[in-house]
Amino acid sequence: MARIIAGVFSSHIPAIGAALDNGKTEEPYWKRVFSGFEPSKKWMEAAKPDVCIIVYNDHASAFSMEIVPTFALGCAAEFPPADEGWGPRPVPVVKGHPELAAHIAQSVILDEFDLTIINKMEVDHGMTVPMNLLFGQPKEWPCPVIPLAVNVVLFPPPTGKRCFDLGKAIRRAVESYPEDLNVVVFGTGGMSHQISGPRAGLINSKFDKAFLDNLVTKPKKLTKIPHVEYMREAGAEGIEMVMWLVARGALDEEVTEAYRFYTVPASNTAVGHIIMENPGAMTRKRKAPAEKAQAAPAKKTKAAPARKKPVAKKPAARKAPARVAAE
Amino acid sequence: MATKQAKKPKTDKKDYHDIPGTTVFDHEQSRKGYGINMFCMSLMKDANRKAFKANEAAYLKQYKLTPEQTEVILKRDWNGMLAVGGNIYFTSKIGATDGLSFQQMAAKMTGSTQESYADMMLKGGRPVDGNRSKSEWKK
Repeated sequence: MARIIAGVFSSHIPAIGAALDNGKTEEPYWKRVFSGFEPSKKWMEAAKPDVCIIVYNDHASAFSMEIVPTFALGCAAEFPPADEGWGPRPVPVVKGHPELAAHIAQSVILDEFDLTIINKMEVDHGMTVPMNLLFGQPKEWPCPVIPLAVNVVLFPPPTGKRCFDLGKAIRRAVESYPEDLNVVVFGTGGMSHQISGPRAGLINSKFDKAFLDNLVTKPKKLTKIPHVEYMREAGAEGIEMVMWLVARGALDEEVTEAYRFYTVPASNTAVGHIIMENPGAMTRKRKAPAEKAQAAPAKKTKAAPARKKPVAKKPAARKAPARVAAE
Repeated sequence: MATKQAKKPKTDKKDYHDIPGTTVFDHEQSRKGYGINMFCMSLMKDANRKAFKANEAAYLKQYKLTPEQTEVILKRDWNGMLAVGGNIYFTSKIGATDGLSFQQMAAKMTGSTQESYADMMLKGGRPVDGNRSKSEWKK
């Protein structure tokens, strides 16, 4: 059976991609951002997911105004990087997992979520930037990816509750897939930012940090936030945070917070990042080595550099460097 | 789902119109801005970017634009583009064609210089207090 082992949440910011692509990662401004993801890369190396499901939004790259799907699942074998106006990012082509994607589509649609199916799609920074942050800049991405594109460009996006419930349906789908696969779900976008109009530059660290806390311990509370509140409090484009709720919905009710990072700014945006594990799932992996003649049968995989106990109700006393450059 | 039909949809409420300095790209804006956004979309191809830069006015004639929409594009009136139905993710492709970063475009939309905008961001960004409601901007 396939299982979801963890959720990774991260902002996606195009300027981060530009900094990577132009070799600026060592500049102090960018180092502050990238150093926050160093532990995450180590975590990801240890977690070694077989597949990632990446919930992200397209920024007028794959979808123009001709067709605007609310939820679109990428079922193709590969997804090339899009030309967002500056030329395509020099990142590897993202390989899909058409078999699992088809299974998820079938399961989730019969579970009453009317997904759009995408068999040809280019992917933009919304997806490739979080991949760089977690996987670095490899020649080939280490695992296949199933993109789930959520419309947050044309108002209204789906509600937080709908996103959360879709996450639950995705989990049911993954768990009914016969192959023994470890799946990591990404929620991307956010955190507070506004990039349009005279109010551009809005940042609300207080809102962001409360969101991170609640995402760990009280995600259901977040599903009640109306769209106007996201836009008012966290900036017009801060509404991207609803996508994090899809990934959170796919996790256990009680999760283990493995890592957290927060800094302001990257370009116009607050950078938020958190990793949550389904308790036990990281060590439970691959009971039967099955056809995969990989590593030894599941011993305790030393995963997260900074692991904590399941959170239960405690307000996440965070151990990892939750830094804020400027507030 | 067995919800009652008579219930009025929540979508009627455009409470977001109260957010200052913000044009929410909703279906009304999208309807107005179809031409402008589809023009922007064409700038994803390098050949089109070159053709646009070579003769902007002629290039724009291929799209169904109002005279006002054409004018705001030619003048690079970034806020004006949003008002006539442009969406930031689309209009940013014009910025990219001009060689601007997102932050440079954002600075222009706030009426400040790139330096002072970048400085504001480094200091933690624009605070939310005083920027939640149009009533706060009128004072």
